[in-house]
Amino acid sequence: MDKVADLNNNSLSAQGDAGDRSVSEGPRGEKPKRVLTRRNIILYGTLIVVALYYLLPLYVMVVTSLKGMPEIRLGNIFSPPVEVTFAPWVKAWSEACTGLNCEGLSRGFWNSVRILVPSVVLSIAIASVNGYALANWRFKGAELFFTILIVGAFIPYQVMIYPIVIMLREIGLYGSLTGLVLVHTVFGMPILTLLFRNYFASVPEELFKAARVDGAGFWAIYFRIMLPMSLPIFVVAIILQVTGIWNDFLFGVIYTKPDLYPMTVQLNNIVNSTQGVKEYNVNMAATILTGLVPLCVYFVSGKLFVRGIAAGAVKG
Amino acid sequence: MAVAKRPFRWHRNLSAKVAAIPMIATAGIVFVGGTAWTVLYSFTSSKLLPKEKFVGLAQYERLWSSNKWLISIENLAIYGALSLVFAMVVGFLLAALLDRKIRFEDTFRTIFLYPFALSFIVTGLAWQWILNPDFGVQNVVRSMGFENFNFDPLYNPDIVIYGVLIAGLWHETGLIMCLMLAGLRGIDEDIWKASRVDGIPVWKTYVFIVIPMMRGIFITALVLIASGIIKVYDLIVAQTGGGPGIASEVPAKYVYDAMFLSQNLGQGFAASTMMLLSVVIVVVPWAYLEFGGKSRRG
Repeated sequence: MDKVADLNNNSLSAQGDAGDRSVSEGPRGEKPKRVLTRRNIILYGTLIVVALYYLLPLYVMVVTSLKGMPEIRLGNIFSPPVEVTFAPWVKAWSEACTGLNCEGLSRGFWNSVRILVPSVVLSIAIASVNGYALANWRFKGAELFFTILIVGAFIPYQVMIYPIVIMLREIGLYGSLTGLVLVHTVFGMPILTLLFRNYFASVPEELFKAARVDGAGFWAIYFRIMLPMSLPIFVVAIILQVTGIWNDFLFGVIYTKPDLYPMTVQLNNIVNSTQGVKEYNVNMAATILTGLVPLCVYFVSGKLFVRGIAAGAVKG
Repeated sequence: MAVAKRPFRWHRNLSAKVAAIPMIATAGIVFVGGTAWTVLYSFTSSKLLPKEKFVGLAQYERLWSSNKWLISIENLAIYGALSLVFAMVVGFLLAALLDRKIRFEDTFRTIFLYPFALSFIVTGLAWQWILNPDFGVQNVVRSMGFENFNFDPLYNPDIVIYGVLIAGLWHETGLIMCLMLAGLRGIDEDIWKASRVDGIPVWKTYVFIVIPMMRGIFITALVLIASGIIKVYDLIVAQTGGGPGIASEVPAKYVYDAMFLSQNLGQGFAASTMMLLSVVIVVVPWAYLEFGGKSRRG
């Protein structure tokens, strides 16, 4: 805290100097800049220290996963591996045990894929059409249900967990991947509908009216005009859903059975199992493997990811 | 023309209504119906299966005399209050630093935000390993010569919730920073120029001009963090499993344990209704201020 207060004062004085100089010499051309001012050292120093702190866990995970167990027992978790081995990664992927099952994380990975793909497609299809209906084809009562939907996003999931268990059991989908896909679709709906509704509402109305004059109906306008125009928002929605659903733990553990557990649940079972000797290198390799999909999405998508979470943050 | 249009419009609205059926079902059946069902059944003596045997407030009396629940509430209060304060302060400071027209801004932002892309399970397991007293930070510092150094938050019931807090902050501060940065970018350059002309120190400009202007962003961040805090579950499961003993239990875990592990549905319903109540207490004043206030002014 003190450090940062200092920093602000310093940046102030540095700027004050620069300001005085430019006034006395007249504002001609670029201001001459020195790189190693005290302000810069403190500013970048703070940022680099914080950045290192943020990178530390990832570094420790990678380093640990590349070491053998004897080296882990003797050494320091921050030191790079003396002897690099990929055996923990292979073991985490194809041999690590949860209970009696020793197929490794690969099973959880494929379960997660089988949950992810239909959930993302279904939730986005439903929410985009719904948002389009709300934005361009208002009907009586639509706003009421939309308000309930948005307010409902604040209800803790724990309140709705059990009624959903009963509903899924009634239609025979409790414990199946289809049931979990439905749950993800339902809980993804508030934010996705909001996202699409706001986006479609910002499309110029003239375009919509012109299409109506030309005789296009609900679906024709959606598929021929709205859909091609709104690819960026679809990408944002996909990013939001892929990371959200891949990272889900609660719904996975409640609505599926052990052999259908998604990757996060299986990872937790592998690492936090109480039986057997703890193999920290395998655990860390498994942890990185589970985090790899959202990390790739994050690093590839860049600014769109930020846009997605900003959209998620801005309500109404 | 208006006459010719009418049947057309009815037909189109039908499509819109069909398209809205999933929303109506979700809002009506799952959100309203499910919530009402849970609240109603929290007044029953349901055990393994839900039963319509009403026992008044008995489940709530049991809940509030349960040690595990009281610890859960206390943990949530500590974790919630501290993560609100730290996430806001650190998030804002980082955003302010990044807003000082620096180089490599994108790199720094990418680094600060990447933990948010990871799941709470991954976050919890990573920090469980770093905070492991035999191999992690404690061991490293001891091997540097400080033999008496003690830092084992995950194995000490008194401070375990702070160990969880470290991981939680690592996960979410980047998000708050991004929000704050967007808020800072929304401030007119002229404000900065005016304050510089008037000779107002930078920190004063932040505290007295910029922060009050960012009221909306701060409220959004507050609501975002608060609604995340109440949901804290995966992080605890991965990092501590509620332990040591029951020292790091949280309400969301209490609900799950009661419903699916100890076949005590009534307790689960009562506890989840209490969670709902706490959200209502936070969200209703906010919604009133944000939307009720605006319409009165406008």
